Amino acid sequence: MNDRLQVTTPADDEIMLTRAFDAPATLVFDAWTKPELLKCWHGARGWNLVVCEVDLRVGGAWRFVSRGPDGTEMGIRGVYREVDAPRRLVHTEYYDEQWVAGESVVTHEFVERDGGTTLVSIVRYPSREVRDLALKSPMERGLTESFARLDEVLADR
Amino acid sequence: MKLTGYELADPHQLDATFAALADPTRRAILTRLAAGEATVRELAAPFSMSQPAISKHLKVLERAGLISRGRQAQRRPCRLRAEPLRVATDWLANYRDFWEESYQRLDQLLGEVQRQQAAEIERPGGNHE
Repeated sequence: MNDRLQVTTPADDEIMLTRAFDAPATLVFDAWTKPELLKCWHGARGWNLVVCEVDLRVGGAWRFVSRGPDGTEMGIRGVYREVDAPRRLVHTEYYDEQWVAGESVVTHEFVERDGGTTLVSIVRYPSREVRDLALKSPMERGLTESFARLDEVLADR
Repeated sequence: MKLTGYELADPHQLDATFAALADPTRRAILTRLAAGEATVRELAAPFSMSQPAISKHLKVLERAGLISRGRQAQRRPCRLRAEPLRVATDWLANYRDFWEESYQRLDQLLGEVQRQQAAEIERPGGNHE
């Protein structure tokens, strides 16, 4: 099992993800902000981005629609609040279906060291209740594909 | 991966668990109790805190179901209850797996892009030897 990703709850209404990548910050930042790259990786197995629009400027909107293995679509939208390539990206996040109620604020910090990049993402939810729901929801989406298949991905590497 | 049980997890129980874990003193108390039961006096010893202050933390942990107290009036030793802790950490682990799977795809992409960039630099006709 790969232990490079850490998930913690630094505050009642927050989730923090920390992950190291073997690439310079400019590239990791691009992977988060260029639709042609985002479409290659965003989403767990079985879920892919079918709509990916990015207006990368402060006040600019973004829009993702993910399609799952059974054809279910899930839309998310938001607005960029801070764009400081390749160091920092802050945006709001709002789900169409309201399965994560209200607006969340996501702060990504890209910290480059020795040619690699550590990405620290903090998601701040409107409340602890919503945060706890969000912790649960990706699990439910993942149910459509067995987590056992994660082992295949790991074995391929 | 076992997924049953999450549906059964009481959201209020999880709220209480996450809230109880949000404090470093309470996490230290749980770490100590993982090594075996202890009295309030024993738990207070490593902290620069009064026994009543520690007792307050213990009440929060007890309400969250993370510890139980013995019934002997004098000693009332505290004991770790692992189940709520396990549910909370499993929940985090599932969220983690979801993102880790996504990030592993990103790893592959970053590797491909960097190999392409390296190949372009080395391509004959460039200014490189």
